[in-house]
Amino acid sequence: MLLINCPYCDDTLPELEFAYAGEAHIARPADPSKLSDEEWRDFLFIRTNVKGVHAERWRHINGCGRFFNALRDTVSDQFVTTYKAGEPRPEPKTLEAAE
Amino acid sequence: MTAHVSNLGDVTLAVVPPVARFNLRIAPGDLKAASKAFGLDLPAKVGQGAHEGDRSAWCLGPDEWLLHAPEAEQGTIVDAFAAIREKVAHSLVVISDREVAYGLSGPRATELLTTGCPIDLGRIKVGNAKRTVFDYAQVVLIRDAEDEWRLEVWRSFAPHVEALLTTAQRELASGL
Ligand SMILES: [Zn+2]
Repeated sequence: MLLINCPYCDDTLPELEFAYAGEAHIARPADPSKLSDEEWRDFLFIRTNVKGVHAERWRHINGCGRFFNALRDTVSDQFVTTYKAGEPRPEPKTLEAAE
Repeated sequence: MTAHVSNLGDVTLAVVPPVARFNLRIAPGDLKAASKAFGLDLPAKVGQGAHEGDRSAWCLGPDEWLLHAPEAEQGTIVDAFAAIREKVAHSLVVISDREVAYGLSGPRATELLTTGCPIDLGRIKVGNAKRTVFDYAQVVLIRDAEDEWRLEVWRSFAPHVEALLTTAQRELASGL
């Protein structure tokens, strides 16, 4: 079972307490009616589907209830880091410095 | 649900008597006002508990608390929070009857919980509580002593959780 660190609980807990919630950092357009059909389709459905480090949303649904973001390697299924919602995606350099 | 007690496998399992139970959501910055209304300093860190007389509070999330008080004081507490609502935005929901609480005590109480809980129970300190899962049912685990727990679960999930607890209890008793 995967262990996931919740940045709000400041604790590392079993995956069973968490729910996956799709790719992170996708902002809802401020005025959807101004978008073309193609732009709206892209917002709704088109994702990067990256092979490697992926920024994604998770929710600590059976814990503190909060949404947060994580960097996870889609090849190895390893979590690189997790961070609070609203914070920018950590740069590889920041991660190296933190190690 | 009929309250019952079973004493098997070095564990006593019982449906514990009802209490007044509340779910409080409030900005952490307003914690002082909420503490004053409830008459107890609310803990600030997720997982922590605080106790004063017959009132208890546990922090379940960054802006969420579970409050317990004697049944007879439910109305007084609702009124105390209503009095600060105008100045301090919050949500106080009475959930007294939403949950059923099971008490587990005895030398193997913690072991019994491990049959359904994926977390490391040793990390919940006495007096603290945590929302987690018991076999996919969301529960709140309260640790009252080293080998004494309360498990609070939504009423509709209670028969499932109770069946699993009693089965595991029989397994412990039979030496499995
Ligand atoms: Zn959490």
